[in-house]
Amino acid sequence: MAIDLCGIALEHPVINGSGTFDVIAARRVFGEALDTEFPFSAFVSKTITLEPRLGNPPPRLFETASGLINSIGLPNRGLAGYLEHDLPELSSLPVPLITNVMGSNADEVGQLFEALEGCTEIAAIELNVSCPNVKTGLDIGSDPAELSKLLGSVRSKTSKPVIVKLTPNTANVALVASAAEASGADAVSLINTLRAFAADPSRPGKAWLGGGTGGQSGPAIRSVALAQTVAVSSAVSLPIVAMGGISTAANARQFLDAGALIIAVGTESFRDPATAAQIRDGLVALS
Amino acid sequence: MSNAVDRVQAPFGTRELAIAATEEVGPYRVFSCMDPGGPAPSAGQFYMLSSVARWGGGSDERPYLPRAISVLAAGDGQLSFVVEAVGPGTERLAELAEGDWLRVLGPLGKGFTAPPSGARALLCGGGIGVAPLAILQQELLASGCDVAALLGFRDRGHAAGAEFLEGAQVATDDGSVGHSGLVTELLLAELDRDAAAVIYSCGPPQMLDAVRAISVASGVPAQLALEAPMACGYGACYGCVVKSADGSYRRSCVDGPVINADELAADWLEGTPKDGH
Repeated sequence: MAIDLCGIALEHPVINGSGTFDVIAARRVFGEALDTEFPFSAFVSKTITLEPRLGNPPPRLFETASGLINSIGLPNRGLAGYLEHDLPELSSLPVPLITNVMGSNADEVGQLFEALEGCTEIAAIELNVSCPNVKTGLDIGSDPAELSKLLGSVRSKTSKPVIVKLTPNTANVALVASAAEASGADAVSLINTLRAFAADPSRPGKAWLGGGTGGQSGPAIRSVALAQTVAVSSAVSLPIVAMGGISTAANARQFLDAGALIIAVGTESFRDPATAAQIRDGLVALS
Repeated sequence: MSNAVDRVQAPFGTRELAIAATEEVGPYRVFSCMDPGGPAPSAGQFYMLSSVARWGGGSDERPYLPRAISVLAAGDGQLSFVVEAVGPGTERLAELAEGDWLRVLGPLGKGFTAPPSGARALLCGGGIGVAPLAILQQELLASGCDVAALLGFRDRGHAAGAEFLEGAQVATDDGSVGHSGLVTELLLAELDRDAAAVIYSCGPPQMLDAVRAISVASGVPAQLALEAPMACGYGACYGCVVKSADGSYRRSCVDGPVINADELAADWLEGTPKDGH
């Protein structure tokens, strides 16, 4: 099942969605078993921003039918904290590391790209232009012209493969994917969470989540993710990393059959951190 | 970051355990299972629990996520839990009968720390929050520690939960059993008698905040076991955060659930979800 993703050799087609697995915390909880039984063929970091972010006030989660709405708000130590504290721990992983970054404009993204350029531990960069929790990400990724402009001005600042993580909160995801391809993206990943609102059961009209709106994930969005994968697959020739409610090997197979090269597991890992390993093993059995 | 192991670590991934026994205790449901593949948890640790069959399809077509439940008792490879059916997840867990299968991940989180030698342990709990104090009491009694248990409940029916601990003083909101009023009034009386103590507390957020305020005002250390809703239990989702004294957010699943009272922000309760969802 070995795969080549933009020149990175992966042992199998199952990775994690950004922000859905924290290796450093998981090592405290599971010890060495995490590394020996590591379920993903590459590890995607949570989103790193130039400056540290606290994240949104609680509550941050709202369970729905077949999924959940989150409003986490991209908490992270910022670029300097990532390089000093997180990268040394992540570099000892048994798989390639993909670092996810987000900036509110080309200058910020350019600084992030340049700062990571010398980090040989990082195999590729995933560019978050799609997080619906943060105002900055939304506009760029929902508009093909905005995305082209951003990529055009930052693409030359890194020699690493750039995976553009698309937002589903746009009128035509295939047009955005095509713009990414034309502007130097090496791959696209999709989908991020769908913008969602959790109504407070005890305060009519008010938001439950501390951050206001949130993003829906889980099996509830799988059919939407599959539709967008089909649309993007027919619009671009780039490698596709597909995700959105994938819970089983049979689900994963459908995304691969729709044109994805790689699939990512996110929310389902919350229910069982070893889910991705079961999907990996299940894909072997299906093939 | 230190690599020192500060907790009992969990096997990687969930495992399925058969329910060996169940018991009704007032409004609470106790269930036990043998866990031959898991390590013995320490007091204050928790497990993410779900049923193998029919997890989902309850009210609102939920539950979807497993539920974080403190361990009530452990020993000889057996684990016991107690739940009160207050939402779709705990309703389903409370339905489980002998022979049904439970899916578990754990033990998770950082548990309680023993008091310094000679200090008395004051266990102050409320409602379903008595569970981690029950296993803690057993650990402390076995080590020869002087322990007092103070438990608060809504009414006589819920006060059945006092039987999970030995020799507990009880307070009820409606005065139907024991002291009429708040369990924190019992706590203040105990501290008046002898303040050379460590407080261990678990219960509703409002009660925990009252204990936090007492600890901060009196200088008597308190270890609070938080009960935040969480998706994963192992630090992945960042959903279960509480505001700490330095203004940052801490994940109650990996930095807790037991946290020292003086490490919480004074306004940590703001935004804490109410029961029922």
